[in-house]
Amino acid sequence: MTDATQSPRSVKTLLGARRGRGKMHWTDVFTYCYLGFGLFLMFAPVVWLVLSSFKTPAGLQEFPPTFLPLGQISVEVEGYEEPLLLFDVTMEDGSVQQLAQVRRIGIMAQMVDPENPGERLQIPIATREPVREMRMAWENYRDPLERFNFMRYLWNSVIVTAAATMVTLLINSMAAYGLSIYEFRGRNAIMLFVIGTLMIPITVILVPVYLVVTNLGMINSLWAVILPGAATPTGVFLLRQYMLTIPRDLIEAARMDKASEWQIYWRVVMPLAMPAVAVLAIFSIMWRWNEFLWPLIVLNRSEVYTLQVGLNAFQGELDVQWHYILAMTVVTLIPVVIVFAFLQRFITTGIASSGMK
Amino acid sequence: MAHADDKATGIGDVLQNVVAWPIRILFKLIDYPVTAIQNVIGIRRMPWLFLLPNLAFFGMFVIIPLFMNFAYSLTGGTELFISERPYTGGEQYGFLFDCDNYADPISCREDRFWKGIFNTAVFIFFQVSFMVLFSLITALVLNREIRGRGFWRAVFFFPVLLSPVVVALIWKWILLRDGILNAFLISIGLDRILFFVSPEWAMFWAVFVSIWAHMGFYTLILLAGLQAIQPDLYEAAEMDGTSKERVFFRITLPLLWPNMLVVIVLALIKGVQVFDEVYVLTGGGPGTATQFIVQYIYNTAFTNQVQNFGLASAASMVLGVVLFVLTLTQLAATRRRDND
Repeated sequence: MTDATQSPRSVKTLLGARRGRGKMHWTDVFTYCYLGFGLFLMFAPVVWLVLSSFKTPAGLQEFPPTFLPLGQISVEVEGYEEPLLLFDVTMEDGSVQQLAQVRRIGIMAQMVDPENPGERLQIPIATREPVREMRMAWENYRDPLERFNFMRYLWNSVIVTAAATMVTLLINSMAAYGLSIYEFRGRNAIMLFVIGTLMIPITVILVPVYLVVTNLGMINSLWAVILPGAATPTGVFLLRQYMLTIPRDLIEAARMDKASEWQIYWRVVMPLAMPAVAVLAIFSIMWRWNEFLWPLIVLNRSEVYTLQVGLNAFQGELDVQWHYILAMTVVTLIPVVIVFAFLQRFITTGIASSGMK
Repeated sequence: MAHADDKATGIGDVLQNVVAWPIRILFKLIDYPVTAIQNVIGIRRMPWLFLLPNLAFFGMFVIIPLFMNFAYSLTGGTELFISERPYTGGEQYGFLFDCDNYADPISCREDRFWKGIFNTAVFIFFQVSFMVLFSLITALVLNREIRGRGFWRAVFFFPVLLSPVVVALIWKWILLRDGILNAFLISIGLDRILFFVSPEWAMFWAVFVSIWAHMGFYTLILLAGLQAIQPDLYEAAEMDGTSKERVFFRITLPLLWPNMLVVIVLALIKGVQVFDEVYVLTGGGPGTATQFIVQYIYNTAFTNQVQNFGLASAASMVLGVVLFVLTLTQLAATRRRDND
């Protein structure tokens, strides 16, 4: 089943497309319409987010919104210290001329021709349109990184993700090793126990885990996010299934060579189980990077917020600064996109074969 | 080309050393004490040593809390530590279930709990049915001979990896009063809709966004199921000149059914616990129109003025029972599928 998702099949697939005979069945038309619509529905929101994140606050205020991030062009004019904003003005004779605004008084504006700065013109503002060009508001990205705690959130998220993934990999692979390499009384009971914990997601035990974490003095520390989810039944299960396929002879041979059990685990079994370990690592990174409810409960001080909690706090403020939020959302999205771009195969086969997320 | 490869492995080596060095130290640090323990307890007891850290974590963060949760639900007051809380027996449960008419949340003493259950039920009904439907259609489409199948699979799958907060913010930005969707509605001559002010629209978008975000996951499972169907069945059907509709209903659907069952139950399990996306998208509003059971527990225990841990625990136990039944169903469904 694992390989099935990868290999393109040469045989006629479901509903048997009849492309070869050049006859279009309604399902062929439907397929392409569906794919086109799907492409739009899945990608357009993200494209819109990225485009919007480069707009200035003024640009975001515009309604109806412009598609691209635009900014008004300003020009240096002789005799004026500050650059002046440029407009397309429809003159009385119907011609269109580019003029720079010196100042605006009510519905009239004093404007000059940049080519001929000596002469000032009185122009009603209704007859002009700002001249705009595509301009990326990089400050949306720069400011939060410099001014707010955003860099802190980013760092916290990285720490939580890295530390939690290491702990997860270590303890779950140890347990999987114990459950796959040895025959011992109670093994099945332990296996049942591990699967049983699947039935208890964190949403069911929020209050008591909060108490445990409080008792351990970990409230408002990143450990409170790292530790509770470290032992995952899916992780143990996935690794164990893989380790069961490792030939016993290898382990016996290592024992003959006087390798200790820990060395066998670390030097023999772990390298062989790398594909499964990699899948678990990717999942763990995604889980931790995206985790929301639990950090929301145990992290109450801004210094320890993770990205997700920080983003939520920003969007919940009374005066929502969308230009920053959109930019930070893009930053939060980037690692996931990178992971996905490089590891798509691992992720999709991992899900298809284990049915976990 | 060869040169480029050399360079790549060079960087790879450096990276590997940077990562491998602390790992090697860690290994050495653990190796000596563990080997010493092995010499004392013998190989036969070693599996328990390997299981110890994991079981300790499960014990501390799952098993003990599970029992504590039950204990909490039998106490009252606002203290966090259980030793300081008065025992109240089944009072919390009595409070939760005190209703004149179970079909009408307003008639209950704890109406927010019942509103949460009611909302969750509505959400699950629409979310699960439409998600399974669209996952199935998408899987069927992706299973056809289309060019660039990997790309198309990625198109439908990538939202699964986005964080719920990111998903919610993406859509919130589209759905705002001055968002692009309203700009579109106005441009085609319709009226502006305040999506987060109308309870029906808020629920619609909660369902929609949640399907948008998670559909790819279920599509993938169904796609794997479709690809596991023996191709000769289709060939035989084609030779017999069976119509496509008949092939679908007589071959594809019955053979895919075990996977469908797994997908349905998994979607139910996730649906019952819906919180993240909707909480960021609507905040549970307008009013309590999109407040679900998990948000009720969260609010009751952690954000309300009076932190009612006992009541939250009692509600958690109710949620836990539902999830327990669903997970048993899931395990049974998975087992049936994998045995087939």
